[in-house]
Amino acid sequence: MKYTMRYLSLLAVLGGSMLWGQGSISGQVKMVGSGPPLRAIKMDADPVCSAAHTKPVYPETVTVAEDGSLANVIISITAGLEGQTFATPTAVVVLDQSGCQYLPHVWGVMAGQTLEIRNSDATMHNIHSQSKVNRAFNIAMPKVIKKKNQVFKKAEAPFKIKCDVHPWMVTWGAVFDHPFFAVTDAAGGYSLENVPAGTYTVQAWHESSKRLPAQTQTVTVTDGAAAGLDFTFTPVRRRK
Amino acid sequence: MTNNRPLHLFANVTAVTTLGLIFAGALVTSTGSGLSVPDWPNTYGRFMFAFPWSDMVGGIIFEHSHRMIASVVGLLTAVLAVWIWRSDARAWVRWLGWAALAAVIVQGVLGGLTVLFLLPTPISVLHGALAQTFFLIAITLAYVTSREFFQTGRIPVSGGAHHRLRRWAWAALGLVYLQLLIGAVMRHTGSGLAFTDFPLTGGALWPSFGPAAMEQVNWAHWQLGLAEATRGQMMIHFLHRLTALAASIAIVGLALNLWRNPEIDRRLKMMGAVSVVLLLVQISLGAATVLTLRQYLITSGHVWNGAALLGWSYLLVLRLLRHYALEPAPARLQVLAPEGVPAA
Repeated sequence: MKYTMRYLSLLAVLGGSMLWGQGSISGQVKMVGSGPPLRAIKMDADPVCSAAHTKPVYPETVTVAEDGSLANVIISITAGLEGQTFATPTAVVVLDQSGCQYLPHVWGVMAGQTLEIRNSDATMHNIHSQSKVNRAFNIAMPKVIKKKNQVFKKAEAPFKIKCDVHPWMVTWGAVFDHPFFAVTDAAGGYSLENVPAGTYTVQAWHESSKRLPAQTQTVTVTDGAAAGLDFTFTPVRRRK
Repeated sequence: MTNNRPLHLFANVTAVTTLGLIFAGALVTSTGSGLSVPDWPNTYGRFMFAFPWSDMVGGIIFEHSHRMIASVVGLLTAVLAVWIWRSDARAWVRWLGWAALAAVIVQGVLGGLTVLFLLPTPISVLHGALAQTFFLIAITLAYVTSREFFQTGRIPVSGGAHHRLRRWAWAALGLVYLQLLIGAVMRHTGSGLAFTDFPLTGGALWPSFGPAAMEQVNWAHWQLGLAEATRGQMMIHFLHRLTALAASIAIVGLALNLWRNPEIDRRLKMMGAVSVVLLLVQISLGAATVLTLRQYLITSGHVWNGAALLGWSYLLVLRLLRHYALEPAPARLQVLAPEGVPAA
């Protein structure tokens, strides 16, 4: 039954593509102004961590380039896909713990897709998920265990995962019920590929969601075309 | 009946070790290491005492050390309970020994539950509150086994002063205890840095909790890279400062009353003075906690000194109750019968 549904979903997507075509959405995310001043992380609490870096390491809370390009923003379709189902990718999403940092800092998976959590460090970590829709968990990752798989079964808005052994280690993940999501790179760029033709609401979410609240825009995707969609964040100071 | 000196010494060691355990627990919270060891009672799948020192890194240092010291306190308490049961004739003291053992077991289980259920606030607060309560039980056991407790004869204190002293002493103890409970709530709800200024609170003596004032505070948080505070967190934080003021008044009031009363002996006067010194240290550490944005050693020192102040205030109450009695009513108020004739 499960496989039948998957095939039907795949057929629906392929069928939709053939009937109405596919396009892509891409763009850039920028930030006006600067983020909070960031202080270098002190990693002395674990010699393995401090030995892994020759240069100061800064938190990735707000990663903004000199030209304002904003990294680590989750771009996803939030409306326009109703009634459609999508096959869960078989490819795993990798979340590595390397140099006592999470790589990548922000990521997304589809519900049911495997998140492969790696420990590339010769030290202990714990993976403490603060998810609310999916069950929160806290699992040990001793240095001898190099890989653990985790599956989130339900779609969920971005949530934090942290390491309590190394309190500076924080990563944000989101779980989607469709494959049309991306995280902006260092140049603030993103691209959503193979989007069925149609009109969609697209959201840009940043982890500093109180000061850089999520934004949405509407975009229409037509067959074979690349729709451009840029976002600009400005730190919000509420005046009342 | 006389005291058992070795037993008393052992009870003292238990109480002092408990104070050390409170510091270790404070370090866990202050460094955010509560979940750095995901399993319990094992540590990363190993028997707790077999966990290698080489793996004691980062938050594990604090969490695992806390568990180890807690085990020592548990063992000391078990020995103390059995020792009292075998050597102390007073039934209520024997029961108190078992109560201490029950409390330390419950405390250990609460600590385990906080880990297994990912730090639920009610359990974490209860764990913090029971730590202070257990410390008071340990002090009680140390005191009731002391030579001083067995001394007979009480120092009379005149009626008005006697009642006044007791009221101040109970007020100081109650307010310090309440303050520690509010402190536990503050720590486990992440409200410790809801305001980042001192001695003002949000730029005012009495902060507004309206949207404009909250925005001002939270904009400063953004600039400092701190999480934004909710209204509830701000209120808890401010309540902690208000209760600190009330407890300070009670402690200073008690010390002054002790100092000025000629019927009170020098030892108790000095206890009052030391309370004020501990209070000053406590206020300084509280201010430093805020101004250093919760530097973990200062924050833990604040918790530790708070517990010491609680224990000291409690000991003062115990001594006051045990060794000072209400002076008998003045002779002129007694109904005197003629010699040889029984009073009606």
